[in-house]
Amino acid sequence: MEQDWVWGLVGGLLIGAAAGLYLLANGRIMGASGILGGLVDGSGRSSGAERLSFLAGLIVVPPLLVPLYRVVDTHITSNVAVIVIAGVLVGFGTRLANGCTSGHGVCGMSRLSLRGFVATVFYLLGGGLALVLGRHVLGVI
Amino acid sequence: MRNLFAFLSGGLFGAGLLVSGMVDTAKVQGWLDVFGAWDPTLAFVMGGAVVPMFFVWRLAARRSQSFLGNPLPRPAAPLVDRNLVLGSLLFGAGWGIAGLCPGPALASLGFGGWQGALFVAAMIAGMAIMPPLRARLDKGNPAAPLSDY
Repeated sequence: MEQDWVWGLVGGLLIGAAAGLYLLANGRIMGASGILGGLVDGSGRSSGAERLSFLAGLIVVPPLLVPLYRVVDTHITSNVAVIVIAGVLVGFGTRLANGCTSGHGVCGMSRLSLRGFVATVFYLLGGGLALVLGRHVLGVI
Repeated sequence: MRNLFAFLSGGLFGAGLLVSGMVDTAKVQGWLDVFGAWDPTLAFVMGGAVVPMFFVWRLAARRSQSFLGNPLPRPAAPLVDRNLVLGSLLFGAGWGIAGLCPGPALASLGFGGWQGALFVAAMIAGMAIMPPLRARLDKGNPAAPLSDY
């Protein structure tokens, strides 16, 4: 537990390296919701192969690393209603805002984009409120 | 070549999400839950990613195209509108409820069980219903079409 922040920093540097590589090599902004969302609604059809390649790396590589790594448990709830509501909110919200933690957070804030900072403030606020209401008031998560 | 580098970027991103602990919903909820046992890990993850990216953007600003010859992104749009604020609030609420945002949801698809797969399916459904719902939201309150990320 004490070393969690070190792993967080190392993982963060890897995420920064990934975003840097995608920008410098491909000229693209690394936003997970935009890369997937463009395939879902068809708006990113012209760069479909590139998007699929990125998603393939994102989906295939982590499970390969799991055996080398410490115990991995996502600790996700098994409450079907909670999972579905949360998933729909994440999908809908990130597309309405045109970005998520990677797009607005990592790539937006690092280029000092006002939209990136505003999005980050509001998704943190939304998450904090969800925890206050869901955990401390209603006790459902 | 573009697809190879896209695959490498995606793999590196996934490795970072795994190593940092962002695929662990308990850690993410621990960060968002300021009234519980607060877990500051996410600040180190975000800091570790944003600081090097700041310098990458400065490097990119001096170039006319990417190393593979593709155009670089246009300057960030300065407009803050209702869709940005409302969308981020809704996204944040879902992130808090389940502890997953889009990147880690995809990165943990291979080992996150049926719960993780169901989350991704629901997320894709949410993405699919956004354009028609947005068209209704924007009626009478036209927001500039933007596509940043």
